[in-house]
Amino acid sequence: MTSSVTLANVGKVYRMYATRWARLAEWLVPFGKPRHEPKWVLRGVDCTIAAGEAVGIVGVNGAGKSTLLKIIAGTTQPSEGVARVEGRVAALLELGIGFHPEFTGRQNVLMAGQLLGLSTDTVRAAMPAIEQFADIGDYVDQPVRIYSSGMQMRLAFSVATAVQPDVLIVDEALAVGDAAFQRKCFRRIEEFRAGGTTLLFVSHDTESVKKLCDRAIYLHQGTVAALGPAKSVCDLYERSIFGGGAVSGAAAAATPAAPALDPSLSADCEVSYGDQRATIEAIWLEDERGNSANLFGSQDTIAVRYRVRFNAAVSGVVFAFLIKTREGIAVFGTDSAALPGRSQHDFAAAEVVEVRFAMKNNFAPGTYYVNCGVRDDSGETPVFPHRRVDALVFRVRSDPATAAKVGLVNSPTVFEIQPCTTSSPSAPR
Amino acid sequence: MGHLRSIWAYRGFILGSAKREFQVRYRNSLLGAAWTVLNPLAMILVYTLIFSQVMRARLPAAGGQFAYSIYLCAGILTWSLFAEIVGRAQNVFLEHANLLKKLNFPRSCLPVLVVVNASINFAIAFGLFTVFLVVTGNFPGWCYFAVVPVLLLQIAFAIGLGVALGTLNVFFRDVGQFFTIVLQFWFWLTPIVYSPSILPEAIRPWVDLNPMARLTAAHQDILLAGTLPDWLSLWPVAVLDLVLLAAGFLLFRRHSGALVDEL
Repeated sequence: MTSSVTLANVGKVYRMYATRWARLAEWLVPFGKPRHEPKWVLRGVDCTIAAGEAVGIVGVNGAGKSTLLKIIAGTTQPSEGVARVEGRVAALLELGIGFHPEFTGRQNVLMAGQLLGLSTDTVRAAMPAIEQFADIGDYVDQPVRIYSSGMQMRLAFSVATAVQPDVLIVDEALAVGDAAFQRKCFRRIEEFRAGGTTLLFVSHDTESVKKLCDRAIYLHQGTVAALGPAKSVCDLYERSIFGGGAVSGAAAAATPAAPALDPSLSADCEVSYGDQRATIEAIWLEDERGNSANLFGSQDTIAVRYRVRFNAAVSGVVFAFLIKTREGIAVFGTDSAALPGRSQHDFAAAEVVEVRFAMKNNFAPGTYYVNCGVRDDSGETPVFPHRRVDALVFRVRSDPATAAKVGLVNSPTVFEIQPCTTSSPSAPR
Repeated sequence: MGHLRSIWAYRGFILGSAKREFQVRYRNSLLGAAWTVLNPLAMILVYTLIFSQVMRARLPAAGGQFAYSIYLCAGILTWSLFAEIVGRAQNVFLEHANLLKKLNFPRSCLPVLVVVNASINFAIAFGLFTVFLVVTGNFPGWCYFAVVPVLLLQIAFAIGLGVALGTLNVFFRDVGQFFTIVLQFWFWLTPIVYSPSILPEAIRPWVDLNPMARLTAAHQDILLAGTLPDWLSLWPVAVLDLVLLAAGFLLFRRHSGALVDEL
């Protein structure tokens, strides 16, 4: 396999000048001392990417992802080290550059294509395919200024990917049009992959990285914190962003003997509101034995527990919780009013109670967020004396009993296969 | 050589951009491209009427009804080519910051684009001026074509200076502001509107230090006097051109990496 992208000790430094005059002094005074503060945004990146490989780049904002992409795309030069890229690079960092609102889609396609280094003939030859992919109909002969932003994106994406590149750089932050078109874009990326294009993919969504990429680079404060198989690097990255702690080499061990409590897994994006008549003082998760836990295997018992202090007398109280994905999709939620069994409804001031919702873990492997609330249903519309959103994070690991391959739900599934006899009376026709 | 090859590879972009800029200017106007002709026409008219007819300005040496108009146009049209190239080139990187930051394309295309655009504008105005020369019977004959090498010297001078200034301007924005003022002084320090013969003797040798004065004088010689320019006086300009081109190119190449970071 030939290498497609070679990064050798790549670093990027920006010069911070204390005053505007400092730069002038530095330029004019020969052999003078440097008068700037070096600010390294990227340092010591070593990586060889083989032709046809797909590599994801993960990291929090400001970790140096964009800088690294720009260096590979060639828009910015590394301050140290060497970045070598073989073949034509197409960078989908920002779409629609070079589009002029006064010109028609067709004219802009021609222009943007030339700007991408394609010859006029190539663009003309690709025009029908571009039109077809963008699928904006007669608008292609209208000035771009009357396009919707989605239409502009469609056209821009079509031009940018009109000719198969040797290296494709995709920043997933660019959302391209509606869901259907996004699917189309990803299919095109997959086609390029199949055709041997090297893919560099930046995303905050580790699931997409795991799906699309063979390997991943985890950038942390401008240095490579991890480089390896996409799955383990993504897991490490997730662990460190939720924990906010130092990155350690050990991936989250998912052996049964391991403690079910991962201290690095904590939500730091909690939102809390309410009318102050009650306070949810603490929220935690337990396993079936009553030990604190936030890592669960399939079919384990997950107990959502929280302690409520009532600051005033409240009647018609309902206790509730909700499990959501990182994208905010509600997966499962319920409250004490919907569950069988007796619950207390009226509380006096200064009363403190602990509640426990024990459920069976039917969630698919992944990361989930927990909301808890104390609701007052006595009025016409329910009000929350206190509600805590995204207060906890827990993870569901996959184990031998996990049936789910995709989706949010892990429904225990039994598979059977048997020889089929044509005379079988129950077989549907 | 790599630069030339990549510029050639992007010729479609350069020509397309030039065409686009031209179209943008007259889009949504009723007369359209006619304005391209009307503007310089108005300028020639104004100079002819106001200066040579109303103000009765006459050149000390030459006679003829249109002598002063021709003198003026020879200087002003070529000066505006120079001023346009320098003026646009010093802002070209700032103007196209978005392209430079987001796309990998040969940056040397941008100065070329400036020259192409300015040359188109110049060609239109100068073409009209040529028609005027022919109509009024002042066409200088074969030596008219001597303007081509002089113009090349002038363009080279402008682009060397422009690229150097354009690079500096990214790091020190004062450069652009400052040079706009410099250009104004420079215009009046160059014998374009006036004749060098009205200057005191003591100053005249100093005027020759101004490369634009030499170039302008060459244009005036060709177009008004109908003689070939004093080629010897242009040698220093040619040397200066090479120095400026080298300086501009080196400055640009040395800082082109940091340039993108600064935008």
